[in-house]
Amino acid sequence: MSKHVLMSREMLLTGAIILLLGIIASRFPAFIAPSNLANVFNDTAPLILLAIGQMIVILTRCIDLSVAANLALTGMVVAMINVAMPELPVPVIIVISIGFGALLGMINGVLVWKLAIPPIVVTLGTMTIFRGTIFLLSDGKWVNSHEFSDTFKAFPRTELLGLPLMSWIAIAAVIFFTLVMSRTTLGRAFYAAGGNPHAATYAGIDVGKTQFWAFTISGALAGLTGYLWVSRFAVAFVDLAGGFELNVVAACVIGGVAIMGGIGTVVGAMLGSLFLGIISNALPVVNISPFWQLAISGSAIIIAVALNAQANRDKGRIILKRAENAT
Amino acid sequence: MLMHPDQKSDLLGAETETPILALNRVTKTFPGVTALSEVSLELFPGKVTALVGENGAGKSTVVKILTGIYQPDGGEIEIDGAPCRFPNSQAAGDAGVTAIHQETVLFDELSVAENIFLGHAPRGRFGLIDTAEMIEKARAILVSIGAQIDPHTRLKDLGIANKHLVAIARALSIDARVVIMDEPTAALSQKEIEELYVLVEELKDQGKAILFISHKFDEIFRIADHYTVFRDGALVGTGSIADVSEGELVKMMVGRDVSQIFPERDHNVGDEILVVEGYEHPTEFADIDFTLHRGEILGFYGLVGAGRSEFMQSLFGITRPASGTLRIDGEKVVIRSPADAVANGIVYVPEDRGKQGAITALPIFQNVTLPSLGRTSRNGFLRLAEEFKLAREYTERLDLRAASLDTDVGNLSGGNQQKVVIAKWLATQPKVIILDEPTKGIDIGSKAAVHEFMAELAAQGLAVIMVSSEIPEIMGMSDRVIVMREGRIAAELSGDQITPESLVRHAAGI
Amino acid sequence: MTETPRSSIPDRLRSPLDRRLKSWETLLLAVAIAIFVVNSFTSPYFLNAWNLSDMTFNFTEKAMIAFAMALLIIAGEIDLSVASIIALASTAMGAAVQVGVGTPGLVLIGLGVGLLCGAFNGVLVTRMGLPSIVVTIGTMSLFRGISYIVLGDQAYRGYPSDFAFFGQGYVFWVISFEFVLFACLALIYYVLLHKTNFGRAVYAIGNNPVGAEFSGIRVARVKFILFLLTGLMSGVAAICLTSRLASTRPSIAVGWELEIVTMVVLGGVNILGGSGSIPGVVIAAFVMGLVTFGLGLLNVPGIVMSIVIGALLIGVIALPRLWQTWRLQAAKR
Repeated sequence: MSKHVLMSREMLLTGAIILLLGIIASRFPAFIAPSNLANVFNDTAPLILLAIGQMIVILTRCIDLSVAANLALTGMVVAMINVAMPELPVPVIIVISIGFGALLGMINGVLVWKLAIPPIVVTLGTMTIFRGTIFLLSDGKWVNSHEFSDTFKAFPRTELLGLPLMSWIAIAAVIFFTLVMSRTTLGRAFYAAGGNPHAATYAGIDVGKTQFWAFTISGALAGLTGYLWVSRFAVAFVDLAGGFELNVVAACVIGGVAIMGGIGTVVGAMLGSLFLGIISNALPVVNISPFWQLAISGSAIIIAVALNAQANRDKGRIILKRAENAT
Repeated sequence: MLMHPDQKSDLLGAETETPILALNRVTKTFPGVTALSEVSLELFPGKVTALVGENGAGKSTVVKILTGIYQPDGGEIEIDGAPCRFPNSQAAGDAGVTAIHQETVLFDELSVAENIFLGHAPRGRFGLIDTAEMIEKARAILVSIGAQIDPHTRLKDLGIANKHLVAIARALSIDARVVIMDEPTAALSQKEIEELYVLVEELKDQGKAILFISHKFDEIFRIADHYTVFRDGALVGTGSIADVSEGELVKMMVGRDVSQIFPERDHNVGDEILVVEGYEHPTEFADIDFTLHRGEILGFYGLVGAGRSEFMQSLFGITRPASGTLRIDGEKVVIRSPADAVANGIVYVPEDRGKQGAITALPIFQNVTLPSLGRTSRNGFLRLAEEFKLAREYTERLDLRAASLDTDVGNLSGGNQQKVVIAKWLATQPKVIILDEPTKGIDIGSKAAVHEFMAELAAQGLAVIMVSSEIPEIMGMSDRVIVMREGRIAAELSGDQITPESLVRHAAGI
Repeated sequence: MTETPRSSIPDRLRSPLDRRLKSWETLLLAVAIAIFVVNSFTSPYFLNAWNLSDMTFNFTEKAMIAFAMALLIIAGEIDLSVASIIALASTAMGAAVQVGVGTPGLVLIGLGVGLLCGAFNGVLVTRMGLPSIVVTIGTMSLFRGISYIVLGDQAYRGYPSDFAFFGQGYVFWVISFEFVLFACLALIYYVLLHKTNFGRAVYAIGNNPVGAEFSGIRVARVKFILFLLTGLMSGVAAICLTSRLASTRPSIAVGWELEIVTMVVLGGVNILGGSGSIPGVVIAAFVMGLVTFGLGLLNVPGIVMSIVIGALLIGVIALPRLWQTWRLQAAKR
């Protein structure tokens, strides 16, 4: 029975996405052409990467509001490195971006783990600190397209089997983290630490340390996304991806991740991201002003969290015999 | 047959081999409290050692030290006679120590197999968890303890008893040499308790050492081989169960002779005050009809999980019944919230003091006046002098022991916390007071005080409902007893009908 | 204190004054005075009545919301949508101006929109039982999103001249209307939280919502009122800010929720609920105003100030905890 519940949550979302595509296609059939869908997926890739990290953080009863600021700071750092050392090969840049992002995530993690400061406070604080640091680093100036090396810009657009590398990275991340979450001790620890922290301690899991790793993973993914974002749009500045952390939380909530921890899947986070990605790509197509975007994602968060809560509602203990038979 | 602890352990050492696990003069202090002072404990292969003591005697601290949650401040843990350390619970598990806890501490969202193997799952290629093998092993363990549970099931879909079996399976999945059972029967039915005894015997046969923590003397005398008694964080006695009597154990526990005495009561029952007709909830209880009189103590007996607390909470407005009527003093009332209940003179002292009864981070006087603020305040503005006056009046009636009235309730002992909760409700001058397991987890001294006070309240004409799972308490206090089973009233007993046999028979449905 | 008297328990062991002297608020007040002194030495422009009066505009509007937010956080909830409520209320007022609504009407609209937004949050949290942090992250996008739908990249201007009084008027010499309003609201919220039954219920709920419900407190109702108050205060702040800026853009007051939460936490309110005081929040408002103003006088750009605010937010929670762990370790040695 449990399998069914698990399936239905993701099936429901898949159904909603197909329905959404159907509605758009009924008026603009070109939208569901494979090439356009591939574009939509590629556009959504950064959101998927960030949502996977955020999902893991939320699983452990935390929240990471600093992801977008981390993305922007790491993006600025690798942009400046590229300007200073154009010869540095892309793989090194990627390693630097993952490492630097992870480092920023570790700052969050240490504050939550060692000082037990509520995650929302920590990440609200680091969010502004990261943004401010970008200003200090760049003096408020932009790094523009012509200043980047060509290889730096080309990487995420390079196509492999008809899909840009950007999309392949998102796909790889989904597969990799699905494996991590279901088949490694750390992955199960994320669920245990968030589902029942008290019991997790007794099972030999250090809850704080698990949260630390969740923030580190979220940070690493944000860092990687930082490079991808900056290279794809060929620009870095202080307000890059401003407010994007809300879209990331929205994607998770829509994807069925319970904000109280312990419930969520990588696939859910991906589907939630795609749902938002399709909407934002469809708005200009169906001729709605992009200014609607913010209100729509806000409504989506509220509706999704209301639906999640409905599904997880406590129905009271089953004591009566007939009630037991009825379920 | 009391001997000095040191002498005793020498004697035991002579008759058996070295203990698998021992605590040697272990001390543990917390800011302001010494939880354990130089206690020793020895666990032998193939033997059950019962750890006995009142609440606050240091039993749970010992469990936490043995499972690596706490670190001792002094003394040593020894395994096979060699000193060792458990810096975390992983280390304790690796050393072969495993614990089954009071509440089933497991993970609702994970599968049964994952619950059993969390932290020590079998690994396959690339160090990944080998799901197939994990399921297989889980199935084997579940079968070995006679549990018919599919290892794929998510834990939240299991009932409480099955969850408990999973907890036991988890303990066994660690190739344990020492199994700690902390109040393992608290949530189990009689049948399940019997099955647990069989399991304990099997574990003994396998040569495992078992530490058995229980409040129930019948259990201790039935399955334990040795006993160790703690009082106020110190070791007061240890030895073979065969050499000790129940009375001697109680004497060691409390440091004095105590036979539980209940207050003398006149069974003068007044007129009807509360009439409940056809109360029914979709899943928790059905067909509840009874009347309650002034000056009466009505006992509610049943097994844990029979729906007594759930019914009481609906009477108090926490959950709403699907149907049924309630009359107070002949008038029909509808209760939608605890605030409604209080307004109608029904108050409830819940079983879970820390979560539901008291607000532990607030001072005593604020806890007492919380539901009575309407009376102590003027136009919604607080009047502290009035609050202290009211709080003093009722806490003194209950003989509360505290440094001052602005002490946080969390700093009081369990018994005194219970007195604050009762004082809080008496200050509202209720008509009906519902006490849910009023003496659970409080020391024997406070227990007697609470019993005496209940008798006094009834004598003053208050109607009292007492939910209790303790047969002596039910028999000693009640004028009438309603026995519940599986959410329904199984019997209503009064006078000579109230016997231990009849209570157990109706509660278990035999 | 050796023997507990048997039948007479004293009301208090420590005097309330003693408690107050050793509180977070006293420490914070010392910090505020220190910053004041440092500022007056580092900048010759600091000790000037008009400059100090200007300084108060740095915090008055945020502090009005912070008072209500303090109660909400003490009760164990949070509202991250406050800045977006300002945007929506301001947009509504701007739209009303375009159809010729006068100042009294604008004030009613500002307050009304604030109340409605607060009621919306309150219904979602208390009726549907949703976690306030997610709900208000959602409404934070929704409310500001509606402003964007209405305004896009445009702005509303043309507020009536008498509307300017709320954000630009002075009651007496250098004492601005906003400052007087701030002071009155501080007093009102002080009485509400510390001197009424309602305030007591707020503390009880924050410490133990289940225990409070079991004590006959109508928890959902109290929380709903708190969301209403937070929305209302956001409406008040929207009136002041709109009047001060004399224009409305959808990006108005962006990021204020962070500064308001920081103010509340800096004021000693436990982010997990259960404790905190209005005097603490008042002093925290001054501290933040003084820091911002002092840095401004030294020509430090705004975004750098946000680093300071972020660091303050983490620092005020982290430092006492670091100090505690350090003392524990020192004691063990």
